[in-house]
Amino acid sequence: MARSRLPFEFLVALRFLREGRMQTALILLGVTGGVAVIVFLSQLIAQLQSTIIDRVLGSQAHVVVRPLEEVNLRARTDVTGTTVIEPRAQRLRSIDQWESIMELAEAQPRVVAVSPVVSGPAFALRGRASKSVALVGVDPDRYRRIVKMDTYMTRGKFQVEGTNTIIGVELAKDLGVTVGDKVFLRAAGGRDELLQVTGLFDIGNKDLNRRWVFTTMKLAQSLLDLPGGVSNIDITVADIFDASEVAARLQAGSGMTVESWMTTNSQLLAALRNQSVSNNLIRSFVVIIVALGISSVLVVSVVQKQKEIGILRAMGTSSNRIMGVFLLQGALVGFVGALSGVGLAWALLQIFSTIYRTGDGAPIFEPQLDTGIALSAAGIALVVGVLAALIPARRAAKMDPVQAIRS
Amino acid sequence: MKPADASMTVRPPIISMRGLRKSYGVGTPVETEVLHGIDAELAEGEFCALIGPSGSGKSTLLNLIGLLEAPSAGELWVAGQSTVGLNEQALTRLRGRNIGFVFQFHHLLPAFSALENVMMPSIIENGVATAEAEAVARDLLARVGLTGHELKKTNQLSGGQQQRVAIARALSMSPRLILADEPTGNLDTHTADEIFALMREFNRERGSACLIVTHDPRLAARCDRHIELVDGRVAADTLVTAPG
Repeated sequence: MARSRLPFEFLVALRFLREGRMQTALILLGVTGGVAVIVFLSQLIAQLQSTIIDRVLGSQAHVVVRPLEEVNLRARTDVTGTTVIEPRAQRLRSIDQWESIMELAEAQPRVVAVSPVVSGPAFALRGRASKSVALVGVDPDRYRRIVKMDTYMTRGKFQVEGTNTIIGVELAKDLGVTVGDKVFLRAAGGRDELLQVTGLFDIGNKDLNRRWVFTTMKLAQSLLDLPGGVSNIDITVADIFDASEVAARLQAGSGMTVESWMTTNSQLLAALRNQSVSNNLIRSFVVIIVALGISSVLVVSVVQKQKEIGILRAMGTSSNRIMGVFLLQGALVGFVGALSGVGLAWALLQIFSTIYRTGDGAPIFEPQLDTGIALSAAGIALVVGVLAALIPARRAAKMDPVQAIRS
Repeated sequence: MKPADASMTVRPPIISMRGLRKSYGVGTPVETEVLHGIDAELAEGEFCALIGPSGSGKSTLLNLIGLLEAPSAGELWVAGQSTVGLNEQALTRLRGRNIGFVFQFHHLLPAFSALENVMMPSIIENGVATAEAEAVARDLLARVGLTGHELKKTNQLSGGQQQRVAIARALSMSPRLILADEPTGNLDTHTADEIFALMREFNRERGSACLIVTHDPRLAARCDRHIELVDGRVAADTLVTAPG
């Protein structure tokens, strides 16, 4: 047997842990389970949330600027009594001074991309088939920074000019057309145009695949009778959770209706937040339970090792170093438990990524382990180990060596 | 036999006690004084038995000298240093460097091998096991007749062997004083004689002073000096043979 090169505290801490084999095994199991639950849960929820947000924001702008709603006002204010003011039907209108609002939006901090959109209702006709669609006139170079259309294209490129159009795969199927075929488009106002299909997209949402028909802004403006106007301005922000703040600032600056994805999807957002809160709650409880486990095992160990502690003291070990021995036991249990816990979490992620799948068979989440989550869980386990060992360690340090030796 | 005082001036004392008192339960209705003022000195290299009936305060005195307990009153010098007012760290250091213990129930660490037990005082002092400490420990184990048993855990050894390991451990830092609390108390007479002979041998060879609490008059008779405690007072202090 080679002479151990370990410092005194490590040597004694390791031997004490090895001697109490059963206790050490049990508490390691506890820490492993706790760390695994925390890492696995955090990873699962983080990934599910980012998947859901990706899905929602994959076909939606972070912030949308729309014209103010038209309202009916009372003409005479001198008449007393109740007056019923009927809400007014909202016709398709352009945003006033949209170029200057675009400039304003582009000047905002944290705004990454701004794209004007001309959109309105229309019918796509071919033979006897007639489908209700949303005509979307865009500048592709600007719009691809709002919705990542390039990644959704199944045929052709996301590029429109003249009377070219890009439609979704479902609409193409419904109309029986493909790239190179022609589609007749009639806007709700009666204007119409024969368009040539140059590309197909699949956003992953059948409803949108059926409805969106992309053309140039100019064509959409003439079909929808909005000469030189745009119906809305789409904006992308750097951090999606800044959206509502940017929206509020822009609304104050422009006087237009400005909505962020956080308002339009407020229920989703609330659900995500509740999920995070309950995740934190579960994590806190797991941490507390693990800490209590480590603490109680070490308290028992201090009592069992009373005689050994007395002997070590009699041989010249200071009470501080005795304390160090027990703190180290906590740290070692925390550290080793964290390593095996992260390993177990990784295994769980592999298993569950094959169990949880979306409707089309793709895994809901990637089985990758986030280094940040793993490291912070390991760090927490180490700190909790040391903190949990604090009470037993102080007890060991305070032990009267004479009392311990006599027994 | 002549009075102990005659030899006191020959060698400097390793231990000096002046009016040493120890009370338990201070401030409670059951306050009891166990030691009522002990005055004594132990010279370097002396081989002395501490005898007396049960409850006379022998173990308490040994714990005070070993700096495991603090006296309630009086003064104590260890290796020429006054221990009054020293903090726990300083006491621990003084104890580690100058005093080796042999307990009645050997008190080895069951989690460690015989060799590691002997090296432990050095590991505590130096923070890590050194090659020198291992050489010293192997040598000491050989001297107490345990060659080949170095790597055994202590519970694999017999009672006599365990006490030999304990003696080797007490000697590992070459202490100037060895305190033994009934070192042969739970051994048969033959083994007890061997252990005692070993301590005597080391005392002669290395000059470590020994203070041995014992109930066994046979063993006490083989010591150079007897200090007899009765009811917490020194009742007799006699030299059996001139030391050295």
